[in-house]
Amino acid sequence: MAENFEITKEMEAAIGVESDPWTYEVTTTSVRAFARGVGYTDRVYFDVDAAKAAGYRSLPCPPTYLGTAVFIPGESNDTFSGPKNTGPGVKHGLKNVLDGGTETEYFADICAGDTLTATNQVGDLQLRESKTTGTMLIVTTLTTCTNQDGVVVAKQRGQGLFY
Amino acid sequence: MPLSWDSFKEGDELPVLKKAPGVTQLVKYAAGGGDFNPLHHDFAFPQSKALGSIIIHGRFKYAALGELVSNWLDHGGRIAKLGCQYRGMDLPENEMTLGGKVVKKYEEGGRKLADLELWVNNAKGKNTTPGSATVDFGA
Repeated sequence: MAENFEITKEMEAAIGVESDPWTYEVTTTSVRAFARGVGYTDRVYFDVDAAKAAGYRSLPCPPTYLGTAVFIPGESNDTFSGPKNTGPGVKHGLKNVLDGGTETEYFADICAGDTLTATNQVGDLQLRESKTTGTMLIVTTLTTCTNQDGVVVAKQRGQGLFY
Repeated sequence: MPLSWDSFKEGDELPVLKKAPGVTQLVKYAAGGGDFNPLHHDFAFPQSKALGSIIIHGRFKYAALGELVSNWLDHGGRIAKLGCQYRGMDLPENEMTLGGKVVKKYEEGGRKLADLELWVNNAKGKNTTPGSATVDFGA
């Protein structure tokens, strides 16, 4: 990364600013696609009858899956599939990114047929020295997911490592 | 069979889950999860070349820890919280052994809860992805 990288006041100004909302759909097809991608063999994530027998309204979201962002060319991020503009952003100019960690809190079941609205905000900026990549900027992002009934169903905290 | 509250105790380990996703599995995960970062499927991508390989999505490992807990619960309880940190990179076709342990079993606010410690050990036995979870068995 760049020598003498510093967190500027401009970067810090992005902390706490809530993004515009974006829609994430949970459908039977999207749940199956995620479960298949992870490698599940549990029928509850594939077969609606099995899901209902297990006490769910429809196919439940496997853990860590919070719906698929509605993709609109030009408005969505072509690499990560979420919305392109999630608030002011942190203009750090660093080209490489690694994932640092993720934590999700769940408050209710999320099942196929649900439509979630997600907003996010930058929670924190920190610098860390890494043996492999040098100085890294750690951006903590907080995401809140609300369902079609206005219930907050999940909150997620993620760390992007930029270098 | 759905896991019942009375059937486990502190110190119990979850049945291990072994995974060695190849490129095709990672492509399926990219399609299901929406993360098309070339670092996870394109060996010619500059960051892959710099690291010497493509790497498994951190989020794939996170989701796999979710699968580990989901398999153990068999829908007998719900996950209230699940987190992990991506401390080390894992490469495709390299076997990972995912495991977990019940570290605390308790009742709080009228709910039956258990805290789990989770890990992803690589083929050399190094934990690349330490995690934790709280599971909820209801009132």
